[in-house]
Amino acid sequence: MQPLTRFSALACPLPLSNLDTDQIVPARFMKQPRSAGYGQFLLHDLRYDTEGNAQLDFILNHPEAKDARTLVARRNFGAGSSREAAVYALVDFGFRCVVAPSFGDIFSANAVNNGLLPATVEEADLELLFDYLSDRPAPLDVDLELCRLRAGELEIPFIVNPVWRIKLINGWDDIGMTQRHRAAIDRFAMERLRDLPWVSPARPAPSGEFLAPKAKR
Amino acid sequence: MTTPASQPSTLFDKVWNAHEILRDDNGRSLLWIDRHFVHEGSFHAFDKLRERGLPVAWPELTFGIADHYVPTLRRRGDPVGDPAIRGMIEQLNDNTDRNGIALFGLDDPRQGIVHVVGPEQGLTQPGLIMVCGDSHTATHGAFGTIAFGIGASEVAHVLATQTLWQTRPKQMRLTVTGHLAPGVTAKDIALTWIARLGADGARGHAIEYAGDAIEALSMEARLTLCNLSIEGGARCGLVAPDETTLTYLRGRPLGPQDAEFEQAARYWSSLRTDDGACFDRDVVIEAAEIAPTVTWGVSPEDALPIDQQVPDPAAMEDGEKARQARDSLDYMGLTPGQKLTEVVIDRVFIGSCTNARIEDLRAAAAVLKGRRASVPGLVSPGSSLVKLQAESEGLHEIFLAAGLEWRASGCSMCVGMNGDQVASGERCASTTNRNFKGRQGPGARTHLMSPAMVAAAAVTGRLTDVRAL
Repeated sequence: MQPLTRFSALACPLPLSNLDTDQIVPARFMKQPRSAGYGQFLLHDLRYDTEGNAQLDFILNHPEAKDARTLVARRNFGAGSSREAAVYALVDFGFRCVVAPSFGDIFSANAVNNGLLPATVEEADLELLFDYLSDRPAPLDVDLELCRLRAGELEIPFIVNPVWRIKLINGWDDIGMTQRHRAAIDRFAMERLRDLPWVSPARPAPSGEFLAPKAKR
Repeated sequence: MTTPASQPSTLFDKVWNAHEILRDDNGRSLLWIDRHFVHEGSFHAFDKLRERGLPVAWPELTFGIADHYVPTLRRRGDPVGDPAIRGMIEQLNDNTDRNGIALFGLDDPRQGIVHVVGPEQGLTQPGLIMVCGDSHTATHGAFGTIAFGIGASEVAHVLATQTLWQTRPKQMRLTVTGHLAPGVTAKDIALTWIARLGADGARGHAIEYAGDAIEALSMEARLTLCNLSIEGGARCGLVAPDETTLTYLRGRPLGPQDAEFEQAARYWSSLRTDDGACFDRDVVIEAAEIAPTVTWGVSPEDALPIDQQVPDPAAMEDGEKARQARDSLDYMGLTPGQKLTEVVIDRVFIGSCTNARIEDLRAAAAVLKGRRASVPGLVSPGSSLVKLQAESEGLHEIFLAAGLEWRASGCSMCVGMNGDQVASGERCASTTNRNFKGRQGPGARTHLMSPAMVAAAAVTGRLTDVRAL
């Protein structure tokens, strides 16, 4: 994963609350492999009308939006479905950071696993940021070392889980880290299955051999 | 590791601590995962594993279930018509087969929605940690287990290591005191607390549901309640195991049997929050205050008792709340101040991991018995075994006689991935979990409510207080 420390790039204002992951990437696009590129599906039904025409006043259709690296939104961003495709859509579009006053928990974890920073800011600071951005992409510095956003005179602190901060800064990947603990995991599993034998599930009978139980009332 | 015996702890702490393999310098726990479910949408995780050349570490602890994409209008054994959907289902067959993972596939008589099949088969038990790449995994918490949804990267991590790194969430106790009034269900408890605290009200928290009204709930109702934990932003929701839990678990095919069951039951019964244990947050709701509830907007927090009116954004003090409400009403095609009981619907859907268990179907059928639905609608049982059970009780005949379609089991119209969708601009009374924009199909308008309330709406063609029928 690409490490993230600080960058200066355009930020897009998207002053909407409760942008759930169903809106971030509608379910009907999720049959696609990642290699198809998920950026084209990002907020699809807000970007395009039912005939597929671009909604020209929507911020992601602004000519400069394609160069933006930060998205700024209102509370409860990424709530709902655990679909990591929502993060793929943001990352493949070019975003490295989403700024909001709160995020869906699963979304945040998915974001960090894909090198996307979920930066939590105070509501009042968010309004200052929206005032500054107005209705177009504008330059914003994101500094993960200092946990600070900067634009001209404006300086806004943000919060990110300290563990996630370290992961993002180093571009760490969990599987690699976990495999170093292989012996401890195996020892733990052995003891658990020995002490609580019922936690091992029985193997289901193959489909063809399964007889449905007589329904009971 | 020793903990002072005098320190009272919560149910959540007990389960969490029993799964902690180690803790890193940053306070993250490496947790053992007892159960893992995969479905058609889990292909990204299998792709990640394949890219890295990693095997599945503990294939016997992962179970595959076809649910998100399965067609509901197809006879068992017939080919799946849509090639893209067929591809999704075959991809799950391949990924599970190649990795030695047991699969409840398309034509398995036990197939159904993952969060219905897990409990039904006895895979869900108290005191476990269970995960799945699906946010409604919180459902399984009804058994006093820690169960939560994860993304594809974490699914890959579980496949590769049978563990997950997690930071211990905060804990909230949600106590519902007293007794629910007739016609009031677990769905109404959930919509009520989410409306009060907000769709992100329990963000960062594990919830323990407690109180007389919770203890009185059946297993099915507890599953509904825990299922909706995520809609209030919670990481997971738990109910302490009790006699109701044990009765449900006894004799489930893949759970412990006989002497081993009794041994397990003794352990399960120890999984309770100690007196004096601390929660970060305590919320109390009086059961008597809860009425049959419906949603009017595009977030589960937009919920009101059925006898209320659609809110008026002009009367809201908070400018952003007003803007959000205007946007919701515009999408939903509703007028400020309109009585909820005057909202005319186009169709109904009874199904999903939230409300498609046998009790839910019985509740809907009880309302529909001897009546005709005035709008079209689908009934999709939560599993193929629930379908069988319902048919043995004659419930399908009630739905069919009412003019509704009796379909096969799957996620169906809750998420529309299999093609069962609500048309753009259509209004659907639904037993599901999300009224998000476009959730049931592009432009679809969803009103969430309990199965009996959906049945009542089907009869009158409007949102309706079931207690009046």
